[in-house]
Amino acid sequence: MIVVVLICAVLLASAATLAVVRAEKGPSMLDRTIALDVFTTTLVGTIALEAAWSRRTETIPILVVLSLVGFVGSVTIARFASVEPEGEGRIRTREEIAAEEAERIAAEEAEHAKGIDPEHGAGHEPDELHEAEDAAAPEVDGSTGPEEARS
Amino acid sequence: MSWTLVADVVAAIFLLCGAFLAFAAGVGVVRFPDLLARMHAATKPQVLGLILVLVALALRLRSWSAVGMLVLVVIFQLMTSPVAAHMVGRAGYRTGKVRPDLLVLDDLTADQEAADREKDEADREKDEADREATARAADDGGGPAQRG
Repeated sequence: MIVVVLICAVLLASAATLAVVRAEKGPSMLDRTIALDVFTTTLVGTIALEAAWSRRTETIPILVVLSLVGFVGSVTIARFASVEPEGEGRIRTREEIAAEEAERIAAEEAEHAKGIDPEHGAGHEPDELHEAEDAAAPEVDGSTGPEEARS
Repeated sequence: MSWTLVADVVAAIFLLCGAFLAFAAGVGVVRFPDLLARMHAATKPQVLGLILVLVALALRLRSWSAVGMLVLVVIFQLMTSPVAAHMVGRAGYRTGKVRPDLLVLDDLTADQEAADREKDEADREKDEADREATARAADDGGGPAQRG
């Protein structure tokens, strides 16, 4: 029995590792969801294997709970899945995050300067100020509204 | 050869099969090219692998209360995994995660195009009817056409 349990443990451990690899690589949220489903199933198999080896029954309620709860995550993510822009699902490197942050701060400062200048500048009419505000408003709102999430 | 020894051997075989199915799912999830193929690989241990492992567990435990709980686990898994797979597949299709060049048969796109065509046709007919109705109203009353 010990040999069988060891072989099963190795198989289950490699299955869990491969699922985690896909969850890390996965180009989209849905691929990660599937990988986590496989991981949950492997976890159920591992707990059942341990219970079969030591003949104990205390861990069986965990299996019931996992089989009930395991699908909630994937259903939730699938419910709110939306079209992701190219490269959105990728994990960014540190430099890319820094570059995006710098870009965002620069944009904010430009916005700020644009808001201040007509106020104190000499040759600007109030109408132009309102136009500038109207033009800037859609950018401030952000691109991912709740409409996009509803599918 | 006693009954318990036979049960243990059968349990060992079932455990090996279940663990192999889980391993196959792991390999498939990593190596398959698109979402639907990965879903196909992932469903193998979710139902058959789980049933094999739990039958092995029941053969090892040999108590009816444990068997009752294990049947419960299988029932819950059988109810929830199709729901999750359906939701994920639908969301993947709608958000363009399905590669059309890998599909052997794509009934859904054809059906949707047919439905869109029918809807366009119906809209056009409704527009024609509206226009005729307004023209008739203009002829009868001579006043401006009122549109709701």
